[in-house]
Amino acid sequence: MSDGYLLAAIATMAAVTYIPRALPLILVRGKIESHFVRSFLYYVPYAVLASMTVPAIFGATDSPWSAGAGFLIAIVLGLRGKSLLTVAIGATAAVWLVEQALRVLLVFI
Amino acid sequence: MGLVAIIGCVKNKALPIPQGVMDGLPIGLGYFAVSFAFGLFAVEGGLSPLTTTLVSLTNLTSAGQFAGVQLIFLHQPLFEIALTTLLINLRYMLMSLSLSQKIAPGTGLIQRLAISYGITDEVYAVAISQPRNLTTRYMLSLMTLPILGWIGGTLSGALTGGILPGSLRSALGISLYAMFVAIIMPTFKKSRPVALVITIAIVLSTLIAQLPVFEMLRGGWQIILATLIASALGAWLAPVQHSEPPQSESNQGGGTDV
Repeated sequence: MSDGYLLAAIATMAAVTYIPRALPLILVRGKIESHFVRSFLYYVPYAVLASMTVPAIFGATDSPWSAGAGFLIAIVLGLRGKSLLTVAIGATAAVWLVEQALRVLLVFI
Repeated sequence: MGLVAIIGCVKNKALPIPQGVMDGLPIGLGYFAVSFAFGLFAVEGGLSPLTTTLVSLTNLTSAGQFAGVQLIFLHQPLFEIALTTLLINLRYMLMSLSLSQKIAPGTGLIQRLAISYGITDEVYAVAISQPRNLTTRYMLSLMTLPILGWIGGTLSGALTGGILPGSLRSALGISLYAMFVAIIMPTFKKSRPVALVITIAIVLSTLIAQLPVFEMLRGGWQIILATLIASALGAWLAPVQHSEPPQSESNQGGGTDV
């Protein structure tokens, strides 16, 4: 592929990534008064994080089983209000352990 | 472990590290792993390590970059690349709009332009769960380690290839999702409307991902539609009385549990 096409493609990607990030932050100054919009915006973080996590989390590791185990550990630790780092490490460890266990199991089957 | 030592120093105030930098540490570590995979992927597809790093530096996003680079490999026209990545990145408009309500009053244009560069899913998640208004200083500190992790991980992956063992790479793949779970679960437990919105969002996003009818909506639309519908239903069924920004109960990046 030519360098010109490559650079143009990267610049295009950068522009359509930056513009959605910058536009609302530049245009919307001050508080939005609408009660509905404020309530809507209150729920957006939860909805966006939840829909980004499920179902994508099940494809985030080598096996949906290990991902499921990591997800479960993250839910349990999250419900207990553990820090982000603790939850991330706990889930990562759970995935690793389950994948090692699966590997051992496969040897015996 | 070095990490524990560093956190120990900060807790004892031996080092004046801004809180934002500490809050960004878990994100930066997670990003290193994900962008490492991106580096591998892009170099295997034929990009040079330098070009691959340029993509991460200028885009600073995961899904959009993976999709865009795949289209580059297929020599797709620029219009198609623009449309696909724009769709995947439209969710940032919702995040940016939501952040606009939490940015400290008096934050200028240049500062807003600078903050915009680093609005990623995870930076947004941590920022929006802060109890206070967001200053430019906090936002830039928060972005520092994620940006370094993203660019450093890309370069490392592009240069070293498969040094990181596959089992570790697979396990680290869950870390960013685990952070999302950590942010929403405490409020899920406390607030029934939030639990309802989260449940609706999960059901919608899973339906769109699984049902063949919705095949054309996968990728960008999946998250945008699930978020719009679930949040609108929440606002309609359970309008928020005080409209306080959501706060996570978890002690983010404080390291007390490490």
